[in-house]
This record gives sequence, structure tokens and C-alpha cells, in this order.
Amino acid sequence: MPPLISAALDNPATYFSWGWLQISVGNLIVILVMFVLFILALVLPFPGGHDDGGDGS
Amino acid sequence: MTAEVESHTVAPAPGDTWTGKLRDRVVRELPPDKLLPDRQPSYVGSWIYVFGVLTIAALLVVVATGVVLTLEGPEWYHISDVGHFFNSLHFWSVQLFFIFMVVHLWGKFWMAAWRGRRAMTWITGVVSFIVSLATAFTGYLMQTNADSQWITFEAKDGLNAVGIGAWFNVTSLGQTMLLHVCTLPLVVGLIVVLHVLLVRKRGVVPPIDAFKNEPAAASDTAEVAS
Repeated sequence: MPPLISAALDNPATYFSWGWLQISVGNLIVILVMFVLFILALVLPFPGGHDDGGDGS
Repeated sequence: MTAEVESHTVAPAPGDTWTGKLRDRVVRELPPDKLLPDRQPSYVGSWIYVFGVLTIAALLVVVATGVVLTLEGPEWYHISDVGHFFNSLHFWSVQLFFIFMVVHLWGKFWMAAWRGRRAMTWITGVVSFIVSLATAFTGYLMQTNADSQWITFEAKDGLNAVGIGAWFNVTSLGQTMLLHVCTLPLVVGLIVVLHVLLVRKRGVVPPIDAFKNEPAAASDTAEVAS
């Protein structure tokens, strides 16, 4: 295993704590990425869109 | 002799055989133009509608890399460089699978995607999410490293506490491995196929306000009420 990875695995994960809520940095990053993706998917224009009169089926 | 031959050549009507009935029902429920459409309504032109197929794409990578891992075995994917690469591909495609699935779930939840007789589509999505969690969980258990030992003994206490430890013994690597590489992927695959067929049958759900200025909105509302 590369030294950088083995060194990272040897150390305990970093945790954020706010009162009763405790979450690791890794999990927090994944949740934030999902939020960002969700917002971007709603606001970014979709390329090549046109109304073809489909019926939803 | 002639009469005997004739009796064997008389074909039953298509509606009289179970194969004929099944074929008629499949074609009636899911005609080819619904199964493989070449046009979609305009509201599908949004990034939020992309995450379902992204989830399936990630699932295909998960399955393909998983097949390679099963063919080569732990001595290969724990030690060799190529094995590490495929192990990482398997792991990270699972992360993407869940990220895409959660965004897909949020999108469908906030547009109330169970409208228009799509309840079973929603339910199969929920079930596939739950079974996927179990599949990922057994994957973490069979990493055969310190991480998996920690997760196993934490999970053992949790499963025993809820009373199902007798059926799911997470400290049994054999049971965990068989569940992960055989039973659970099979269940996930079947439910995902059913989910996609239901999406094709009922169509992609329109946004809530898609028809608010058109009389067609009434039919969608009526289907929800039924």
C-alpha cells in the first residue's frame, strides 16, 4: 500500500461536533456534495432541450 | 394413423396457452414504443432527471468490477497493483451509486413522484435503496481488514440488540461473502429491473406544475385521487 494511504489509515478520522451532532469530515463532505449536486441539477440549464410534445410515456 | 397426425398438427388458439396469455399481457402492459421510446416530453430536459440513469450506470460499473474481483480473489485485490485498482473502482463506483441514488431520491420526493398511479414505482425504488444498503454493508464486512473487523463487531451488537442476530451472523465471513456476491446483488438487480419497467409503463413523472395552465392537469390530479 502506498505510504501516503497507509499513513492516512493509521490516523483516526477527524470529527466535527455540534452539541449532540457528531459527524466525520468524510461523511460531511459526501452530504455536502449531494446537496450541491441537487441544487446544481435544479438551476443549471439542460443543453439541447426542446419541446417535442411528448406525452410522458 | 392419419387421424393421429392431424390431431398433433392442430394448433391451439394463442389465448388458450399460458405462453400466449403471457405474451399478450406483456405486449398489452408494455408495448415496444413504451419499453424503448425514442422521444420524451420536454420536462425531461432537466439535470434532475439524469440521476436515475446515472445511478444505473454506476451500478453497472459496480457489478462489472465486482465480477472481476470474484474471479481473481482477495489475494489478488489486496496485494497486486491491478487488484488494488479494481478494488478501488468497485469501492468508488459504490460511493457514486449511493450519491446519485440519494440525489435521485430527493428529486423524486420533492416532485411527489408517486403521483399518477406510480406508487409501485416509488415503492420499488425504496426497496432497492434498502437492499442496496444491506449489500454495501456486507461489502464493508468482507474487506478482511481492520476496518471490517471494527464494523463487524459493532454491527454484531446492533443486530443482536434488535433480535435478528441468529439469522444474520455478521462474524461469519462465509455467510457475509455469499450474501454480498450472490443473494443481495441478485435481489438489487431484479428490483432495479422491475423499477425501470414500471417507469417505462407509467412514464416519467411530470413536475408538479407541468400542466397547471392546461386542462390535462385535471387528469393527473384525478389519477392521484384514485
